[in-house]
Amino acid sequence: MTTALSIPLEHVFFLAIILFLIGAFGVLIRRNIIFMLLSLEIMMNACGLAFVAAGARWAEPDGQIMFMFILALAAAEVAVALGLVVQLARRFETLDIDRAEELNG
Amino acid sequence: MHLLWAIPALPLAGFLILFLTEGRLPRSVVSSIGAGSVGLAALLTGYVAWQFTSSDSSEFVSSSWTWMIVGEFNVSFRLWVDALSLVMVSVITGVGFLIHWYATGYMSEEEGYSRFFCYMNLFVFAMLILVMGDNLLLLFLGWEGVGLCSYLLIGFFHKVPEFGYAARKAFVVTRVGDTFLIIALFLIFKQVGSLQIQEGLTFARESMPDPATINTIICLLLLGGAVGKSAQVPLQTWLPDAMAGPTPVSALIHAATMVTAGVYLIARMQDFFMLSQTAMLCVAAVGLVTLFIASFTALVQSDIKRVLAYSTMSQIGYMFFALGVGAWSAGLFHLMTHAFFKALLFLASGSVILAMHHEQNMFKMGGLWKKLPIPFIAMLVGSAALVALPLTSGFFSKDAILLTAWKNSPYAILFWTVAVIAAFLTSLYTVRMMVLTFFGKPQSEMHELKKESLWHPSRIRTVVPFGLLAVLSIAGGWMGFEFTSDLFGDKGVHAEFHFDPIALLTLGIPFAGVVVGYFLFASDLVDRRKIIKNRLSDLLSKFWHSGWGFDWLYDTLVVKPFRFIAQTRTNRNDIVDLFFKLIKFLASLFHHILSMFQTGHVRWYAFTMVGGLLLVFLAVVWI
Repeated sequence: MTTALSIPLEHVFFLAIILFLIGAFGVLIRRNIIFMLLSLEIMMNACGLAFVAAGARWAEPDGQIMFMFILALAAAEVAVALGLVVQLARRFETLDIDRAEELNG
Repeated sequence: MHLLWAIPALPLAGFLILFLTEGRLPRSVVSSIGAGSVGLAALLTGYVAWQFTSSDSSEFVSSSWTWMIVGEFNVSFRLWVDALSLVMVSVITGVGFLIHWYATGYMSEEEGYSRFFCYMNLFVFAMLILVMGDNLLLLFLGWEGVGLCSYLLIGFFHKVPEFGYAARKAFVVTRVGDTFLIIALFLIFKQVGSLQIQEGLTFARESMPDPATINTIICLLLLGGAVGKSAQVPLQTWLPDAMAGPTPVSALIHAATMVTAGVYLIARMQDFFMLSQTAMLCVAAVGLVTLFIASFTALVQSDIKRVLAYSTMSQIGYMFFALGVGAWSAGLFHLMTHAFFKALLFLASGSVILAMHHEQNMFKMGGLWKKLPIPFIAMLVGSAALVALPLTSGFFSKDAILLTAWKNSPYAILFWTVAVIAAFLTSLYTVRMMVLTFFGKPQSEMHELKKESLWHPSRIRTVVPFGLLAVLSIAGGWMGFEFTSDLFGDKGVHAEFHFDPIALLTLGIPFAGVVVGYFLFASDLVDRRKIIKNRLSDLLSKFWHSGWGFDWLYDTLVVKPFRFIAQTRTNRNDIVDLFFKLIKFLASLFHHILSMFQTGHVRWYAFTMVGGLLLVFLAVVWI
């Protein structure tokens, strides 16, 4: 049951890499914690895209199963992270991650 | 089907129940569990003994579990009983049960009632493992187990610091002996290739290399272990202090069972000992020296329990002496009768002590025979057996030892003379104890005896143990020591009683002691004040009172130098300390370096992760 892939695999991988790098730079550069979380989501979706594309290319269900896992992981991460965001907003009255640097050695 | 495994399992179950409930059970339940488990074990022992005598086999073996296997070293968890260990098991469970029962009354007004029976049950279990184990490692497990219980029970009244000190002393001093024992086990394993007792004995009989220097070393090390556990010279100093524990503990652990473990060990390993004249001579000498020293010390003590403790030491000295001159069965016979009458003496003294507000000084007692008739009669019977008056159990066993010593030992005259002098001293100090405690004028007020208090001497839980132990103290010898001589087949030597001067002298010595003791301590014929004032007797009495200065000697030789080294400031900053300081310095250095990385900046963490990932990628691509 092979599906003819009209888009070459390399293109999809390039897109995934670009998305991943955008996400990574977002995490490194942005100081607002909400934008950092958004960037993290982009990185994860980039990985998911690569998995799905590779799974389609080899006609294996594994890629889609991995994407399911990534979805579950993302949901769990968001639940924890939003709790952190709320706490950050309450305690420091800001969303700037650089203001929360008390926990140092 | 014999229920061998259930004998130690019952006290173990009692221990576990009491341990896990942590004293939340009501006292009546605790006493039924504590005394009941040992009682059931005693009944079971009777049943097993009946099976044993009616069957043809000379040993009972339980099924075995593997304990540990390391290469060639294979230790099983298996119970093994022959006539020798069956005698021990009977004494442990039988006398143990009577003492437990008595203790339900004795301890009724103390704190930690459940804790007490918990430890006591654990002790009975460990002691049973010691005598029933079929290999030396299992024996050693029981050996250490009884040591632990002894420690816990000596320090039972843990709010008194001196009692804790006594407990630690007992533990540390016996540890010296245990070290010898475990080295002996190493050597036996190296020689025999197994720790199985029966294999070891077969090896000793058949294939021990000749000349057996290694065997002598093994025997002397075993003797070292036995000396520590059985409170013989030179490791005897812990036993008098062990009297800090409750009196039932003194009766069970420090008179009837645990302290005789050393005798059992030597009797168990007899095939090793019989190959070595030197080791046998050492056993006899140790027994004889202890006998001599302890008898003199008992003569001048003022604490009733210390008199009994030194008397225990000297009686175990008799047992060692008997083993050393080859009178195996007589030694074991004395072990059994001693368990009966010494337990009785301790329990009776316990009743006296309770009635006197926990007063143990005999000089503050006196005239008690009218007020405490039941303990008085019990003590009288026990004393008669201890002195070895004819027809009591102590007479049969002690006579057997003395007569065999005369016939069989290498230095017959010397050995026999010392043993007889000690027998004379035994009756002397026993008479002194009885006179000071029960006769003469009352020296202090007695506790008001209430009928409803559980420890009242006329309560059934006091009378029945007293009665049964008294019957055993008298009748326990009537079966004669042919009973125990069967244990060793024809290997043991024993002497028949003939009417010759030696036998008559042996017979007469206790009477002489009693008569002299009466004139010395009870009658007005001798002016005791004059003796007390005499400088020489004063000096001697002080010397004897301190147990011939052994405590002082060890204090000066071991304890004080050790304290000096441990406490002095001169050993700071030496080479050992430098090494540990280096470790400390390195640890804190690395800690500081690593903590520099923990900045608290989340983006810095993210950056290092990405950077690290990139490095790994580059490394993979380039290499």
